Amino acid sequence: MSAPATETVSAGSTEIGQVVLRAVGISKTYGVTKALKGVDFEVRAGQVTVLFGENGAGKSTLMKILSGVEQPTGGQLVLHDEPITLENTVDAVERGVSIIHQETNLCPNLNVRDNIFLGRELRTRIGGIDYAGETEVTSRLMRQLEEEIAPQTLVADLRMGQQQIVEIARALAAETRILIMDEPTSALSASEVEVLFRVIRELTANGVAIVYISHHLEEAISIADHAVVLRDGELVAHEPAGGIDLPWVVHQMTGRQAEYDFRDEPRDSGEVALSVRNLTVADHATGRVVVDGVSIDVRAGEIVCLYGLMGAGRTELMETLAGRDPMTAGEVLLNGENIAGLSVGERISRGLGLVPEDRQRDGVVQLLSVGSNLSLAGLRSVVRKGLISRVSESGRIRRGMDEVTVKAAGPDTPITSLSGGNQQKVVIGKLLMTDPTVLLLDEPTRGIDVGAKGEIFALLFKEAQKGLGVLYVTSEIGEAMTASHRIVVMHKGRIVREFDPRTSTRAEVMAASGESASPTTSTPTTDQAIGGTQ
Amino acid sequence: MTTTNAPAEVTPRPQSPAGGLASRLRSITLSSALMEGRALLALVLIIAVFATLSDNYLDPGNLVTITKQVAFNAILALGMLMVILNGGIDLSVGSTVGLTGAVAGNLFRGLDLPLTQAIMFPQVWVIVVISVGVGALVGYANGLLISRLRLAPFIVTLGMLYVGRGLTEVLLNGQNITNELRGQEGLGNTGFFEVFASRPLGLPISAWVMIALAILASILLVRSPFGRWLYASGSNERAAELSGVPVTRVKARIYVIAGTCAGIVGLLQIANISSATADLGQFYELNAIAAVVIGGAALSGGRGTVRGTIIGAFVIGFLANGLVIVGVSPFWQQVITGAVIILAVAVDRVQQIAQNRGAARRAAAEVRSKTPAASRSA
Repeated sequence: MSAPATETVSAGSTEIGQVVLRAVGISKTYGVTKALKGVDFEVRAGQVTVLFGENGAGKSTLMKILSGVEQPTGGQLVLHDEPITLENTVDAVERGVSIIHQETNLCPNLNVRDNIFLGRELRTRIGGIDYAGETEVTSRLMRQLEEEIAPQTLVADLRMGQQQIVEIARALAAETRILIMDEPTSALSASEVEVLFRVIRELTANGVAIVYISHHLEEAISIADHAVVLRDGELVAHEPAGGIDLPWVVHQMTGRQAEYDFRDEPRDSGEVALSVRNLTVADHATGRVVVDGVSIDVRAGEIVCLYGLMGAGRTELMETLAGRDPMTAGEVLLNGENIAGLSVGERISRGLGLVPEDRQRDGVVQLLSVGSNLSLAGLRSVVRKGLISRVSESGRIRRGMDEVTVKAAGPDTPITSLSGGNQQKVVIGKLLMTDPTVLLLDEPTRGIDVGAKGEIFALLFKEAQKGLGVLYVTSEIGEAMTASHRIVVMHKGRIVREFDPRTSTRAEVMAASGESASPTTSTPTTDQAIGGTQ
Repeated sequence: MTTTNAPAEVTPRPQSPAGGLASRLRSITLSSALMEGRALLALVLIIAVFATLSDNYLDPGNLVTITKQVAFNAILALGMLMVILNGGIDLSVGSTVGLTGAVAGNLFRGLDLPLTQAIMFPQVWVIVVISVGVGALVGYANGLLISRLRLAPFIVTLGMLYVGRGLTEVLLNGQNITNELRGQEGLGNTGFFEVFASRPLGLPISAWVMIALAILASILLVRSPFGRWLYASGSNERAAELSGVPVTRVKARIYVIAGTCAGIVGLLQIANISSATADLGQFYELNAIAAVVIGGAALSGGRGTVRGTIIGAFVIGFLANGLVIVGVSPFWQQVITGAVIILAVAVDRVQQIAQNRGAARRAAAEVRSKTPAASRSA
């Protein structure tokens, strides 16, 4: 956890631990929203500074300012004791500051080498691209990062973890001394995270300063040399790694001890509502079997958690159940009726809807108001004589907003002005307004803050007590352990095991999913303290 | 820098989230009002300039002429608006205008019934139904290819532009159809001009059709589930689909609507010029797109209104007529019209940027006034 000793670095005279980049009183406003309110922040050479904060706390805004994506409304950046203004990202990269975003910023249709040198191509004497030179540098970088990727490999053919490595290589090719990583592990498997952390340690040993943001608090704590916590646009805490642990971080982030544990909620499971029998789905592009003979029952009033790693086939299973993708073989019964071949809309009207994984891409309709988003799925029920009845629509919207406790000024508020958690409540509320018997949710708490996570599960448990069956996908073990009646583990397209969260441990469930017990995952005891907040 | 503020010391947010949202909401309604207001302002400006330059511009006779021309474009633009709200484009409507005109003309000339020597002369209402039906059929073909096969709207309708124009030439075979449109008492196919070139209450019939269709389109877009589905799928098709919106059906239908509008314009136009010609409707699609865009719609879909589109059509109509009246050469007319279209979109964008900046400045001033100087010390 501690920084490598007092090793001096070759590049420049910077010593490990020395402050290289300083943000002084940085503030930033968007419209009427104050994202940052006078934040002081330091980045040290050869050390990892982890930035903690809930969604909307200002982490991403601060990163955008440090990397030149945005200009601060007030305050000053100081690089190597020299006040600077970063005009744009190119300017920042030239000064040695690079950022790696949550979504990789690579062109999938180009190969690794071309991506690494995109916009900074090496030139031959007559002005063409020096492919030989670029290939050589790329190979060297890949060796340095201990990742065997050939320079000519198409980026589209790489796994997410490898794409992340290519992003790092691109930053290194630009001689980056300060590397900002925004949620670098959100799409990585446990083993890929290990590789990434090894690379980060190598970079810091060479004097590179790392700024790291992650929602995976335990992971982030394990890599941190310094922890900085933002809340509501203000810096509320700064501690060296020795003095922090998970409860401390959560406490600083939320200002309260965020806790939810629904294991002891009364459960009242009824008849089988959704019955999936030997469902098999082949990817229509490649023909590869992604869901392999899956059978699951979901009872009325039951909350089933589908736990597994990325690529286990969970999203494909959910989208097939919702009717977006065709199934190859098997049977899906909803209240005893075979719903194979029905469209998404027909399934919704029979009581089966999906809250999708990617909220921005598949969940909210950005140009519609909160109210219109809420009523979209159940629109048919407010139609009188072919026209939308305004009275009955607004009544339903009001009730819907109350039911899912959306924090918005009113139904006419633009959906994009809401926080991630509130947007998710709207997406869930939209389907609840169709009176479903079974609700499918794919990663329902992705990218939303700790407080809202608890509220969303509280909502689901409340609906379950009224008889709703819930099947949700998660990659967060804490969530699976504390917010479900039953855990079903999926691995490589198959259901491998089932657990009762009251009688099993985190380690057992993770082992069944094929996740190695990596040092980045915490001990089971933390379940009790702050379930599902990792 | 090594501060560890206890939560209790954190000052409460000066502004409640509800208040922030409310003011943001106000600025959004304001911006949409400004957007339509801008097109209206342009319209008033154009009328003011040409009224000063020419005494005849606001002459009732000229106003009727303008309204008639505007109506043709506005009817097409209403169909185009639906397509553009979905993020699509329909380049074929101009050709469809020509095609329906040629179909109607041929029906007036009489149908050679196969296997007999007889020639059938359909009644006018049959001709009207068939012609508009042909327009709808072209749209149906577009919609089927675009929604089912997921072909790009630009390519499909570009192809249909050629197909429609070619079929028009085939049907007319180099000859305009003029006298036959009048019909003959003995054949029982008279009455076309009496309806399609009529002027109830002094306004050309095309203007009345425009008004009726605009009201219909407004109801469809604002009050019907179809309209909501159209806005939703135009903004985010994947999210709309997962909400149970029949996105494929919506997409297929809007092209039928656009084709039907083109069919109606085809009939109105051959009545207007008393002739079905091969070049009828050429470039109409571009005027229709321009009207929709000037009216504040986004080509990316999900944003646009009937009112804005009608205003957009009037901007183009009043401008074109004004340029003719003050004697600007036809060559320069095109240059000016094109510049106005680009200007409309550019002003729209600049206005949006300015609004965002203005809001940011106001907020920044607010922050500065509330942030004590202490936070600036390192």
